[in-house]
Amino acid sequence: MSDKITDWDPSTPILQIENLSISFFTRMREIPAVMDFSCTVRAGEAMGLVGESGCGKSTVALAVMRDLGKNGRITGGRILFKSRDLTTMSDEELRHIRGSEIAMIYQEPMASLNPAMKIGAQLAEVPMIHEGMAKADAWALARQIVADVRLPDPDRIINSYPHQLSGGQQQRIVIAMALMSKPALLILDEPTTALDVTVEAGIVDLVKDLGEKYGTSMLFISHNLGLVMDVCDRICVMYSGEAVETGNVTEVFDEMRHPYTQALFRSIPLPGADKNSRPLISIPGNFPLPHERPPGCNFGPRCDYFEKGRCDAADVAMDEVPGGDRHGTRCLKWREIDWTAPPAARVAKEKTPIGKVVLKMDDLKKYYSVSSGAFGGGNKKVVKANETLSFEAHEGETLAIVGESGCGKSTFAKVLMGLETATSGSIMLFDENVQSTPIQKRNTDTVSRVQMVFQNPFDTLNPSMNVGRQIIRALEIFKYGNSDQERHNRMLELLDLVKLPRAFADRMPRQLSGGQKQRVGIARAFAGGAKVVVADEPVSALDVSVQAAVTDLLMDIQRENKTTLLFISHDLSIVRYLSDRVLVMYLGHVVETGTTDQVFAPPYHPYTEALLSAVPIADTHVTRQRIVLEGDIPSALNPPPGCPFQTRCRWKSQVPDGLCDREMPPMRDVGGGHQIKCHLSAEILARMEPVIKVAAE
Amino acid sequence: MDALSWGSILAHSVARFLPVWIAMAVTFALSVRYKRRLGLYGKLYDSPVGMVGFGIVLFWICTAIFADLIITQDPLKVLSGMKNALPGSPAKGVAEDAYQYYLLGGDNGARDVFSRMVMGAREVLIIAPAATLFAFMVGITLGLPAGYFGGRLDTVLSFIANLVLAFPVILLFYLLVTPEIVQIGIPTYMAAVLFLFPILFVVVLFNSRYFMVPARRNLYVGIVLVIGFWAYAGLAFDADPTGLWHMDPNLLNVFVSVVFVNSPGVFRIVRGMVMDIKARDYVAAGQTRGEGPWYIMLWEILPNARGPLIVDFCLRIGYTTILLGTLGFFGLGVSPESPNWGSTINAGRKLLNLFPHPALVPAFALMLLVLGLNLLADGLREESLKD
Amino acid sequence: MFPFVLRRLGLMLLTAFVLTFAVFCLTNLQPNLEKLARSEGSVRMSDDAIASWIVNNGHGGSMLNRYGEWLGVVPGWVRTDDKGVTRGRCIADGSDPAQAATYCGILQGNWGFSTFAKVPVTTVLGRSLGHTGWLMLAVMLVMVPTSLFLGVLSGMREGSRTDRVLSTLAIVTTATPEYVSGVIFVALLASATVGVSPHLNEWGWISDKTLFQGTATSAMDDITWRNFTLPVMTIALYGIGYIARMTRASMTEVMTQQYIRTARLKGVSFRQVVMKHALRNALIAPFTVIMLQFPWLLNGVVIVETLFNYKGFGWTLVQAAGNNDINLLLACSVVAVFVVLVTQLISDVGYVFLNPRIRLA
Repeated sequence: MSDKITDWDPSTPILQIENLSISFFTRMREIPAVMDFSCTVRAGEAMGLVGESGCGKSTVALAVMRDLGKNGRITGGRILFKSRDLTTMSDEELRHIRGSEIAMIYQEPMASLNPAMKIGAQLAEVPMIHEGMAKADAWALARQIVADVRLPDPDRIINSYPHQLSGGQQQRIVIAMALMSKPALLILDEPTTALDVTVEAGIVDLVKDLGEKYGTSMLFISHNLGLVMDVCDRICVMYSGEAVETGNVTEVFDEMRHPYTQALFRSIPLPGADKNSRPLISIPGNFPLPHERPPGCNFGPRCDYFEKGRCDAADVAMDEVPGGDRHGTRCLKWREIDWTAPPAARVAKEKTPIGKVVLKMDDLKKYYSVSSGAFGGGNKKVVKANETLSFEAHEGETLAIVGESGCGKSTFAKVLMGLETATSGSIMLFDENVQSTPIQKRNTDTVSRVQMVFQNPFDTLNPSMNVGRQIIRALEIFKYGNSDQERHNRMLELLDLVKLPRAFADRMPRQLSGGQKQRVGIARAFAGGAKVVVADEPVSALDVSVQAAVTDLLMDIQRENKTTLLFISHDLSIVRYLSDRVLVMYLGHVVETGTTDQVFAPPYHPYTEALLSAVPIADTHVTRQRIVLEGDIPSALNPPPGCPFQTRCRWKSQVPDGLCDREMPPMRDVGGGHQIKCHLSAEILARMEPVIKVAAE
Repeated sequence: MDALSWGSILAHSVARFLPVWIAMAVTFALSVRYKRRLGLYGKLYDSPVGMVGFGIVLFWICTAIFADLIITQDPLKVLSGMKNALPGSPAKGVAEDAYQYYLLGGDNGARDVFSRMVMGAREVLIIAPAATLFAFMVGITLGLPAGYFGGRLDTVLSFIANLVLAFPVILLFYLLVTPEIVQIGIPTYMAAVLFLFPILFVVVLFNSRYFMVPARRNLYVGIVLVIGFWAYAGLAFDADPTGLWHMDPNLLNVFVSVVFVNSPGVFRIVRGMVMDIKARDYVAAGQTRGEGPWYIMLWEILPNARGPLIVDFCLRIGYTTILLGTLGFFGLGVSPESPNWGSTINAGRKLLNLFPHPALVPAFALMLLVLGLNLLADGLREESLKD
Repeated sequence: MFPFVLRRLGLMLLTAFVLTFAVFCLTNLQPNLEKLARSEGSVRMSDDAIASWIVNNGHGGSMLNRYGEWLGVVPGWVRTDDKGVTRGRCIADGSDPAQAATYCGILQGNWGFSTFAKVPVTTVLGRSLGHTGWLMLAVMLVMVPTSLFLGVLSGMREGSRTDRVLSTLAIVTTATPEYVSGVIFVALLASATVGVSPHLNEWGWISDKTLFQGTATSAMDDITWRNFTLPVMTIALYGIGYIARMTRASMTEVMTQQYIRTARLKGVSFRQVVMKHALRNALIAPFTVIMLQFPWLLNGVVIVETLFNYKGFGWTLVQAAGNNDINLLLACSVVAVFVVLVTQLISDVGYVFLNPRIRLA
C-alpha cells in the first residue's frame, strides 16, 4: 500500500497554479488575499516566493496544502499537482497526498512539533500512515533520516522530546519529518526566520543538498531576497495579493522588469550602499490593506512611474517578457521604462562629524545567578552575560553591536540603561560614573539623555494609550516645558521630526502600521533630547521597504542632534550600511572590534568570518565563501572552557597545544585600533581571505 | 374572585415589569444605534451570546432599580389565609385599591412570592457587585506589586492567598459569618483593613500619574482622601456623622466575608497577568525613561490587562451571587424576614413536595441572573479576543 | 522531581498548621466558649460561674497553648478541684489520673468528644466520611468521564453546532448552584404532586409514587438508583459544566497549535489527530482543574447532604457548626483542609508528571 501518484508524466510540471484566487470571509466582508495568481514548478526545480508580510505568499502555500482554515476559500482558478486538480479533491484524497507527496516546513520549529510525543514517534508516523510500514521499520527509517539531516547521535534524538533539542536541531527534525515519505514537492514557509544566521546557513545548505539528493521540487517562501538567491532557481515576486514579476533568479535580480522589484532592490542594503554617499531609497507610502487596494495596478500609488488614467484604469494582466526564460511582469509600462537609469531620488548626505567621547565602558561584567532545573532548588548557576566589555562611543557616531542570540547584547543594553546594575567595571556617561546607579537613582537629565528604541513594533507602544499621550508622558517625565500647551506643541513637533502626520496624535497604536509605530517609538526616545540612543534591533521586525525608511530617519535625526547611536543588530548588511564602528560579540565576550571597514575585511576573528559568510546577499555579482558552522550556539548557562568559540571554530586546529580548549585568548591589536580576541598567530590571520568578493560590473 | 389561569399570570407578570421593558428597550435602541462608538461595550452587540447575557443582566438591574414600582404587595406583609397559596390566587383582605392577586402565590409565611422575588433582586444587585468591586480593589492592589516585583513579597502574598483559597468556602462562612464573630468585632477589623484598599488604590493611581504636577496631584488626592475616609468611617466603623454611609453589622459581616473569599482569586489573576505583561517593551520603555514602579503597574500594565479582568469581573459577580445565595440557604448572616433569594429557597424547600413554587421562583431568578452574567462574560471574552 | 515534591510537602504542612490554627482560634472564641459553658453546664449560670467553668474545663490560658494541647505537642491540662477530684484533658472520667498520658491531641489520635453526638469525634467522623466517600465516588464516576468527553467533543471543532449547543449547556449548568438544581430536581422528578412523577405513575411507567426519592436518608444503609441519583446528579451537574468548559478551552487552544496543523498536513486523519496528537496535550490543564475542584465539591457536598438529609461529612459539619460542637467542627475543618491540600499536591505533581516539557527540563 502506498499513497504515491503513479500515473503522472514527468515531463509536465509537478505543480501548476492557474489564476488562483483566494479570499477570507469575515462577518463583515470578503477579503481577497490572493488574486489571479499563476506559477509553475517543474520537477527538481526550486521556486522562490518573495514579498513583504501580508502579500499573500503564505496563503498560496496553504492553498496548495488545502489548509486555509474555516474562513479561507479558493474562489477561482486551479492548482494542478502532478496533473490532478487539488481544488476539487475530497478530504480523503487530500489526506493521501499530504505528507506523502507534498510536505511542508514552517517558520517556528518548536511550535510545529508535538511537545508530548517523542521525536521518533512523530517521524515514524508518516510512513506508517502512507506506506503502511511496520512500526519497527518506520522507526529505523526515522533514525536513518535523522542521520541524513546531519544530526549527531540519532539514537538519542529519536528518543527525545522536542523541548530537549535546540532550535536548529528542531528545524532539522521538521525537515526530516517532511522527507520521511520522499515527497515530490516540499513547501518551505520562512523556514529559517526564527533561527540565528549561522544556524540558518547550515539549514539552507541542508535543504539545498537534500533537494538535489532526493530530486524534490521546492516552493520556498521567504521575505529575504538573498536567501531566495541562495536556494532557488526561479522566483516569483508578490505584492498585495498578486504575482508582479516572475522568472529565473538571475534574470529577475539583474534585469527586473517591474517597478516594485526594482524599488525592493533599491531599499535593501547591498554591499556598496553607504549611508552618506549612496543611501538606500525607501518605497514611499504604505502597503495597502487587503480591503483598501487601489483600482488598477496595486503598486500604482507608490510607483515612481505611475501614470494617472492608465495605471489605475483597469486590472493589469501578467505580460510575458520576450526573450526571457519564462519571465513575466505585471506592469503596463515595462517597455517604456528605462531600467538602467540611476534612481532620481538619491541624494548624497553629509557625513556626521565624530566628536568627543560621550560613553566609555571599561571592563564591564554582568553576571546573573539563576537556579537550575524547573523545580527550583538545585544548584545556583552563574550566567556570565557580559565579560570584560570595554569600548568608547563618540558623539555623532554609530557603533554597531553585532551578535546572535545569547551573546549578551541585550544585557549590555539593560546595564547601560540602568535597568540592571553591573557586577563590576565602570560606565562613564558624560563624565559621570553610572555603572552602579539604577535608573530610579539617576537624575532626570541623565535619564533623558540616554534613551532606547525597541525591537518589536507591536510591543513598543502601550496599546491602551493614544500616540500623543505617550509622547507627552515622556515630555512630562523629562520635565519639559511648563504647561500642558507647551508639551502638546512639542509633541506635535516630535511627530514632524519622525515624519508622521500630526493627526496621528489622537490615534491608538493598533491603528498604526509597524513602521509607523516604530517612528512613534523613536519620537518618544528623542523627547528629552537624547544624546545616546540604544537601538535594539529597531528594524529587524519590519518589512524591507519600511526598514530603509526607518533607518534613514534614525540617521537623519542623528545628523541633526549629533546623537551617539548604539545599534544592536544581528544583520550584518544593515550594520555595514550604517555603522562607523563595529563590536562583534559572542557568548558575552567581545571577540572583535574596529571600524566598519576593518571588521568587514580580513583579518577576521573566525566567528566574524563565519557570520559574514552566513548572511545571504541578494546580489548576483557577489561571491561568498561558504563557511558553515557546526552545531548550535552553546548555552550561556553552560559555556565551553577556554575560548567561547572553540566548539565551532574551523581554525582551531591551527592553534598548537589545544590552547583554545584551555585558555581564554587575549584581546590583540592587529593594527589601527582593530582588535581581535583570538589565539591564531599573526601569520595565519594575515593569510585570511575576504569572505565576500564583488565581481567587477 | 377567581384564581388566575397560567396564561393570565404570565400576562399580568409581564405587565408588572413594564418599566423594565421600557428601560431595556431604550438602552438597547441607543446602544445598537451608537455601537461603533462604544468600544468593547458596543462590540457586545455583535455577539449574540453577549447580547442575550447583557439583556438578562440588564433585566435584573432594571428590576432592582424599579422594584418599588413592580412589586404587587409589601414583601414582608403576612396575609392570613394566603399561606402556601397557589400562583394566581386572589389576595384575601387587601384594600380595594391595592393589587388583588398573589401572582406567583404565597409562601409558608403567607407572603407574596412575586414581590419577595423582585425585592430579592434589589438586595443581590446591591451587595454582589459592590463586594466584587471591593474584592477587585484588594486583589489588584496586592496582585500588581506581587507580580511586578516578584521575590519575597510575591512569595509571602501568594502564600497568604493560597491559604485563603485552600479553605473550603462553606467552612469559612460557617466560621466567619456567625453572631459570635460579630459580637467580638472581627468584621469591623476586617473591614478596617479591606476597605482601606480602594482608597489606597485611587490615591496611588492619581499620585503616580500627576506627581510632576503637584497642584493637580494635591487636588485629586485630597478629594479622594476626604470622600474616601468619610465613606470608610461610615462603612467600617459606623461612625459617619451624616449617616449617609451605614451598614448593618450583620450585612457588614456578610460583605467582608464575601470580599475576603473573592480577593485571593482576583489576586492570582492580576499577578499572572502582570508577570506576562511586564515583559513587554512598552514597560521597558517606561522604565528606561525613569517612571516609578506604581505608574508602570497602574498606567502601563493594568489598562492592558483590562479585557480578562472585565470578563472575570462578570463571572465573579455571578459567583458572588451564588455565594450570597449559599449564605442565605444556610441562614448565615441574614434575618429570616429578608427577601434574600437563598433564604427563601431554604424556607421553601421544606414543603417542596407539595408546594414547589415558593422555592422554585427565587431558584429560577438566581439561576437566570447568574446565567446572564456568565453569558455576558462569554460574549465579552469572545469580543475582546477579536481585537 | 523528588526535592520538588518534598518542598511542596513542606509548604503543605506549613499551610495546614496555619489553617488549623486559624480554625482553632475561630472556633474557640470567647462567645463560643460561653455558649458551650451554658449548654454543658446550665443555661442560668452567672457570668462568674461561666468564667470559672471555662477555666476549669481547660479552655483558659493562651490560645497558642490550647492549640498545642489540642494538637498534642503541649501536655494536656490537669486540674484538681476543691473536692479533690483531678480532671484533665487526657483523663477519662472515672479513670486513674496517674495512668493518664501527658499528651493527648490529634497527633495521638485523640480528637476529643463530640458534645452534640455524645460520642467520640472519631466515631462520628468515621461514619460520616464513609457515607460521603460513597457519594463522592459516585459523583466522580459520573462527572469526570462525562465532562471530559463533552469538553473534548465541543473543543475539537470550535464553532460547530455541537460546540455551540454543548457550550451553552455548560454555561447553564455552571450558572446553577447546587441549592438551585437540587430544588428543581426534587420538584421535577421527586414530587408526588408536581413534575413528571404523577404523569409517569398515571401511565403506569413507574410503580412508586415518584420517579426518584427526594431524600437520600435511606441511601446511608442501602444505595439504590432511586435514592442516590438526585444527590449525585446535583453535585455532578455543576462540576460537569465547569470541567467541560475548561476541557473545551484547553482543547480548542491545542487544536489551533501549529503541531496540530503539522500532523494534519502529514496526512494524519482527523480522528487520529484528535486521539493521538491533541488529547494528551489538551488533558493536562483539565487534570489540575479537576483536582482543584475539590474545595468546590466540598461545598456541593455540604449543600446536597443538607438538602437530601444524607448524614455524611457535610451534614455533620453543618450540625457541628449549628450546635457549637467545637471538637467536631475542628475535626471537620482539619479533614476539609487536608483533603484540599492533598488534592492540590496531587494536582501540582500530576501536572509536572503529565507534562514532559517540565518533567524532563
